[in-house]
Amino acid sequence: MISGIALIGLLAAAPPDFLRDVQPILVKNCTGCHGEAVQSSGLRLDRAADALKGGYSGRAIEPGDPASSKLIRMVAEGKMPPSGPKLTSGEVATLKDWIAAGAVFPTLKPAAAPKQSSHWSFQPVRRPAEPPLRNTAWSRNAIDRFVLARLEKEKIEPSPEASRAKLLRRVSLDLTGLPPTPEDVEAFLADNAAGAYERAVERLLNSPHYGEKWARHWLDLAHYADSDGYEKDSPRPYAWRYRQWVIDALNRDMGFDRFTVEQLAGDLLPNPTPDQKAAAGFYRNSLTNREGGVDTEEFRIAQVKDRASTVGTTWLGLSVGCAECHDHKFDPISQREFYSLFAFFNPLVDHDVEAPLPGEAGPWLAARPGYEASRREMFASYGGPELMAEWRTRLLKAADQPGNNDPVQFAWKYVGNLTNGLQPVLRMEESQRPREQREQLTDYFIERASDVFSKEELALRDWKSLQKEWAALTKSAPAVAMAQSVRQSFFPRPSHILMRGDFRSRGVEVQAGTPAVLPPLEGEANRLNLARWLVSRRNPLTARVTVNRLWQEYFGRGLVFTSEDFGTRGEAPSHPELLDWLSSELMDNGWRMKHIHRLIVNSAVYRQSSKVRQDLREKDPDNRLLARQARLRLPAELIRDSALAASGLLNPAIGGPGIRPPQPKGVTELSYANSVKWPESTGPDRYRRGLYIFFQRTVPYPQLMTFDSPDAVLSCSRRQRSTTPLQALNLLNDPVFLEAAQSLGVRLLRESPPSFEQRLSHAFRLCLGRDPDPAERASLERHYQKELALLESNLDEARYLYPQSDGASTPAIGGTWTVMARVLLNLDEFLHRE
Amino acid sequence: MIPTRRGFFQKCAGGLWAAALADRLGAEGMMPRQPHFPGKAKNIIFMFQEGGPSQLDLFDPKPGLGKYSGKPLPPEYVKFFESKLAFAQPDAGILPSPRTFKPWGQSGTEMADWIPHTAARADDICLIRSMHTDAFNHHPGQLLLFSGSMQFGRPSVGAWVTYGLGSESQDLPGFVVLASGRGTSGGVTNWTNGFLPSLYQGTVFRNSGDPILYLSNPGQLSRQTQRTTLDALKDLNERHMEETGELDIASRISSYELAFRMQTAAPGLLDFSKETAATREAYGIDEKATRSYGTNCLLARRMVERGVRFVMLAHASWDDHTELNKKLKENCDATDKPTGALLADLKQRGLLDSTLVVWCGEFGRTPMVEHRLGRDPDQGGRDHHPFAYSMWVAGGGIKGGQVVGKTDEFCMRAEEDPVHVHDLQATLLHCLGFDHTRLTYRHLGRDFRLTDIHGNVVKKMLV
Repeated sequence: MISGIALIGLLAAAPPDFLRDVQPILVKNCTGCHGEAVQSSGLRLDRAADALKGGYSGRAIEPGDPASSKLIRMVAEGKMPPSGPKLTSGEVATLKDWIAAGAVFPTLKPAAAPKQSSHWSFQPVRRPAEPPLRNTAWSRNAIDRFVLARLEKEKIEPSPEASRAKLLRRVSLDLTGLPPTPEDVEAFLADNAAGAYERAVERLLNSPHYGEKWARHWLDLAHYADSDGYEKDSPRPYAWRYRQWVIDALNRDMGFDRFTVEQLAGDLLPNPTPDQKAAAGFYRNSLTNREGGVDTEEFRIAQVKDRASTVGTTWLGLSVGCAECHDHKFDPISQREFYSLFAFFNPLVDHDVEAPLPGEAGPWLAARPGYEASRREMFASYGGPELMAEWRTRLLKAADQPGNNDPVQFAWKYVGNLTNGLQPVLRMEESQRPREQREQLTDYFIERASDVFSKEELALRDWKSLQKEWAALTKSAPAVAMAQSVRQSFFPRPSHILMRGDFRSRGVEVQAGTPAVLPPLEGEANRLNLARWLVSRRNPLTARVTVNRLWQEYFGRGLVFTSEDFGTRGEAPSHPELLDWLSSELMDNGWRMKHIHRLIVNSAVYRQSSKVRQDLREKDPDNRLLARQARLRLPAELIRDSALAASGLLNPAIGGPGIRPPQPKGVTELSYANSVKWPESTGPDRYRRGLYIFFQRTVPYPQLMTFDSPDAVLSCSRRQRSTTPLQALNLLNDPVFLEAAQSLGVRLLRESPPSFEQRLSHAFRLCLGRDPDPAERASLERHYQKELALLESNLDEARYLYPQSDGASTPAIGGTWTVMARVLLNLDEFLHRE
Repeated sequence: MIPTRRGFFQKCAGGLWAAALADRLGAEGMMPRQPHFPGKAKNIIFMFQEGGPSQLDLFDPKPGLGKYSGKPLPPEYVKFFESKLAFAQPDAGILPSPRTFKPWGQSGTEMADWIPHTAARADDICLIRSMHTDAFNHHPGQLLLFSGSMQFGRPSVGAWVTYGLGSESQDLPGFVVLASGRGTSGGVTNWTNGFLPSLYQGTVFRNSGDPILYLSNPGQLSRQTQRTTLDALKDLNERHMEETGELDIASRISSYELAFRMQTAAPGLLDFSKETAATREAYGIDEKATRSYGTNCLLARRMVERGVRFVMLAHASWDDHTELNKKLKENCDATDKPTGALLADLKQRGLLDSTLVVWCGEFGRTPMVEHRLGRDPDQGGRDHHPFAYSMWVAGGGIKGGQVVGKTDEFCMRAEEDPVHVHDLQATLLHCLGFDHTRLTYRHLGRDFRLTDIHGNVVKKMLV
């Protein structure tokens, strides 16, 4: 029975509902410190029993009596939460009303997630049997049988094979990122013997450009860049060594298992080679903030989180980063598990290593001892060691007594901002310091002694002369190439759950470990074992995620469309058995990726025409069933490469440091205080492939960004393909592309007989790998005549368009061929692989 | 399912989710779309004051600070501030503002003597004195202000707005960036499309050279040659579309035509010859101090007239750690007059009702002095201050002539109606007709939004 008074109360205002009204207030303000992960002062407010029990200081909630509830006192007086905005008076009133009404908690579902998941991607990979088929003639390998079985079920016929010319252009672009040369096309069209296509495939797989093409996809995942990011965005002069390692590893067809171990734990392998250390430069693709006054710990933590998320996306296809701030909403990954993964990478220290290039090591090692002795002598002759000892004492004192507003504080902070985080090195006794860091610290000290010592103190020791002599000496240091790598911290670094991801809000300590929903890690929880665990036969995700990404580049979408998300919110695979068959094929064949590439490009599925079919528009608009090939816009780098290749400008050199093609001056003006420098590459370097373009994070090369290159901030497993007017302006008006059109124009005049038809055919073969059809020829001839007339009456323009005469043609003819070349280099077909 | 692109778009009736397909549909992703509910504002001019302008010297008078001059803050504030300052020490002395403040307009909002033109628009302005943010350094602060997260990689508010509303202009980009002064810490990340299709990234109108990258024909290449090229391209692309049946090619064709129209329209936009002498004078186009910012303000108005959805105007920098008085004066002299002129001009043309004008930095500045150059008070500056600072909004959907929020006597914390950056974002989206919790995009397995998981519309700011 409800009494009259209570009924009036109910009618006047219903008491607050816990889920709707109260819980949001608690979550926003309280449970970060009084919740599941941490219970400050022993108080936990997210579960009824704990909340009513109270904390170390006693009960916090007195049901029915808000006035004596400590919770209300603390929030009403503004004592809680201790930082950030206080509760509004409305929020306090809601809590009061709720306690007055009895502080009712509804019965909530148990929080603990079941650690056994029935989700498909967490189940072991099993090699499926190949399905039975009605049409037994079409298939070339197992891939086709899985795809065809599904098509037969849907009563859809596969598409016919693409024309041979199209096929060669497709497979050349897919395997090497470069269009076939007219000679390639001619040889291929003339090869009527059985296996001509397969032979072309082998030639392409063995091309060193294969490594370049497929390295770029991997670099998206690693989010490779040549600069730090954030405000200063300093260049990373040896970042390219990591890119080089990836290209070489792919060209050697290194097994994906070893490929994984060297990148994630190359520095931990026994007696690691410089190459293996450079492989661990994988981690160094995280951004670094060197902005004045930043909290170095905040951005160090951001790097560790990025590393954990990148590994999650790249190998596991899981958005583990979602669990940074809270338990994953959809996947069985708790916040604790994210920070357990984080704990593998928390002890990493950025470390640049000496990594001699071929031929460099011998002379370098021979010259070292003499150089080291000269350093010691020179430093000692200026009384350097004593002064440096004093410097260390003062800095360490400042470090241990923060809060004084003096320059030594800043000096200590600056030491921490350096690439290799010299603070811990400074804490070590000199004899303990590894040689490289010892030298770095001495160099730094000589340069920056004035941070701590007065002009007079330094003048006493003639410090200016030392700096001058020292600069000359270090210039004479035996040269050796460097690489970015990592090492384990010299000091243990405990890992904590960070409340809401905030580096200042440490929760409970966690140990390194892998998510419980996956098979257990074997051996000690360290990075090396983590890497081995990722590529163990029992890991259900790595092989699937890897083959799916290869597939995605060949068909425009993965068998799992959400190639970055194999969790419960990702799309289910369109062909689960094919995915598992390919995964087991990868693992059974020594994780060799070329094996998978070969299988895919040799399949009948791959060789189909990409023509759109009316019947499929309704039945399969997204082409999930693969009854045809896809038409894919080329990635940014390949658009550049194709234009350079067709025009004959391309410099095909493999590897090396980044290059800087011409770009308008205004681009770097947008960097912070105009600080980014862009010294334009000269000579053949101007014409190198797009993958070598220096990636400056805050002001990236415009053509890359305009054509959807990822911004290298986070791991990217799937690029977008947009169509924008800025792309048109870029291809039409960028001097780089005009130069390509001019070169292509001259090339047509030089390499073909002087008939319109023959020159046009050559242009088509260079750009599209095929001949023009009659209608195309007729249309272009019309435009050719119109342009020719225009340029004949405008010789200045003609000469501008045709600067490097072939010696035989008039400026108007030459200029008109530049315009024809420009048309071809802008064609939609040129920008696509069909 | 998708018989024709156009038919498909008609079927979605311009709904928001159609925009999510824009990466497949190319230029049509820019067609105008309806928001969640009718918004008062259709455009935004976001006047970003990079570096953190000093609210104590412009918008938030604290006459009571005089008696504390040179003394440290009371200990309870020091504790609050510990470890959250970039450079200054928490025990640094208090620096009262040398500025004089007076009430302006009918509303009587108090503002400082160095911004008379802005202050003259007090009755249009909703001044917020209780802003707070989470970041105490520039780049994270700017990322939070524009993308709702201190992490790199999320879309800027301008990208969200053009994603949500498309563009009204058929020959200009929907989201334009204009910069004056030196570059900002955030650089392109302040106007990035993040994970949204690149169609929505801010297009920078540059100070020198081509206003849009590669807008002009190269060298002596004539307009006729450009037209012949486009005609030939169109012929061949159309033929290829017929042959392959690929309707995406239509987007490529229209993107080239739009590019060609931009080549014509953008120079017209930059041609001020039809503006009256009075307008040029008001914006300070012909004065050295105001030329750069004034030009951008006038451009902003001309863009809004032509249907550009989002104009970001970035002025750097107000980061006055040293010589505050000298540098603040320079920035006020460069920006105040054009700012006032823009508000007056928009109002006079009836555009202010449908245009949101936002003036803000990524944070404010401390009441304590920062000494880097010596102890001379003229050389002193102020440090970054994320806990209480001022900004203003005017125009579409905003109630002008009022002050929202109040800070404590030291301007250390927002005492009344604190407005977080996420609240500001939610409110701006509200004025445009969006529920900020529903303007989302699926990425990496999660629905992202500008306000992350936060943000409340500040009702007091609304009409």
